[in-house]
Amino acid sequence: MDRKIRVVVAKPGLDGHDRGAKVIARALRDAGMEVIYTGLRQTPEQIVDTALQEDADVIALSILSGAHNHLFPRVTELLAEKGVDDILVFGGGVIPEEDIPFLKSKGIAEIFGPGTPTQVTVDFIKTNVKRK
Amino acid sequence: MDDSCAALAEQCVAGNIRAIARFITLLENEDTQAFAALNYFKDSGQAAQVIGITGPPGSGKSTLTDKLVAGFRAQGRRVGVLAVDPSSPFSGGAILGDRLRMQRHATDPGVYIRSLASRGALGGVSRVTGAAVQVLEAAGYDRILIETVGVGQSEIDIVKIADCVVLVSVPGLGDEIQILKAGIMEIGDIFVVNKADRDGADRVVREIRAMLETQYMLAAGQKPHAEPDTLAGRMFEESVTGHHGNTGGHVDGYGDAPGAAPVLKTIAENGEGVADLIKAIEGHFARGISSGAMASRRLERVRSQLQDLVSAQVMQSIAGEKGSGSLDDLATQVVERRLDLYSASKLLLSRYFQGEKR
Repeated sequence: MDRKIRVVVAKPGLDGHDRGAKVIARALRDAGMEVIYTGLRQTPEQIVDTALQEDADVIALSILSGAHNHLFPRVTELLAEKGVDDILVFGGGVIPEEDIPFLKSKGIAEIFGPGTPTQVTVDFIKTNVKRK
Repeated sequence: MDDSCAALAEQCVAGNIRAIARFITLLENEDTQAFAALNYFKDSGQAAQVIGITGPPGSGKSTLTDKLVAGFRAQGRRVGVLAVDPSSPFSGGAILGDRLRMQRHATDPGVYIRSLASRGALGGVSRVTGAAVQVLEAAGYDRILIETVGVGQSEIDIVKIADCVVLVSVPGLGDEIQILKAGIMEIGDIFVVNKADRDGADRVVREIRAMLETQYMLAAGQKPHAEPDTLAGRMFEESVTGHHGNTGGHVDGYGDAPGAAPVLKTIAENGEGVADLIKAIEGHFARGISSGAMASRRLERVRSQLQDLVSAQVMQSIAGEKGSGSLDDLATQVVERRLDLYSASKLLLSRYFQGEKR
């Protein structure tokens, strides 16, 4: 039995736009992954606890509200607090170019902006997933 | 048994969330060491009450499950949820969206929610759902809710796992002939008509009650149809002729027939009727335990699981063999009309047992 990659797709913060998150969820499903979709307005605590309960390999965060510099690092901090180092975390949404180095320094593996072909995201996950 | 799996099993019993999650993944990946480590759980924890929630897609199973979790938490219970959604037959991937409705419980340490993809199983649950129940039971969850995939008419594997099956219907899905059909409507221990604020909810309640009462009286050797003065006879007549004396409002006046499964109305969205549903679930367990029905049901369930497991292992062993007398060889002989199917099956089985003796 081949091992399925399990991905939590989550929207932290208060914006109510989940079109992008749903497109990604669908693309990952079509790439053979199991996508746990948590919906809108999730706190970093909810996202991390969900990832642990679901034994996720990947957390995919989508945000359009501008609060990424606060919420994305909070997710990686919580994972570190719980001693978790084998979950890949990346983000997408409307995120200014100049914020990306800071987010990467906080453990966000990659940022995918609007217009990124879904195949790029799929390939990124398959290449970078930490648990084989 | 593999040491790492044994260690993981030990952490599961201690209630470690990551260990529980990882263990269930190993089961899903058909890890033989993990299945062997299930042995570790055989006398851990206490038997939980396992409650299945099933019904058609969009009937409100997830929202109802969310409300049940809240209700059981208010009683101080530890609650495990296994929520099954379908896998794509094409990509093998899945969107698991049930827990979307339950996320307010995500950070509650007394609640564990796990989404399971059906991975090709067609009975409404995944192949490891039963084993995952054992893990949660050993980890000390005393109420385990299993939400099936959205079902149609015949996905009834939940009865092989749950002590209590809650069948969720909604108004507007069809006429009473749908309710009289065999399959899914036969497995409910408790019937819920959700979205009861919609038109036609009372009618669905009445139709289900008529179905149950007829079933109950037929089982008791009575003829509801010939006794129009009895409640069942009257309701049966009404449901057949379409002449309903009461439409709306009065349905609760009928009440549930003694001995028949309860039928309840809920509006899961705002929690209406959920307290009654919890009472009905408690009643089901109380009656089942005192009458011994629960014990014989569990025995029957384990029998059936054991049969499934043995036939799966026999099949796996047979399918792996090659050469003369193998599955492929015998199938070819049947196609070439040198052998009939029944004899071929006997040959395969005798070959299997000889293999076991060697």
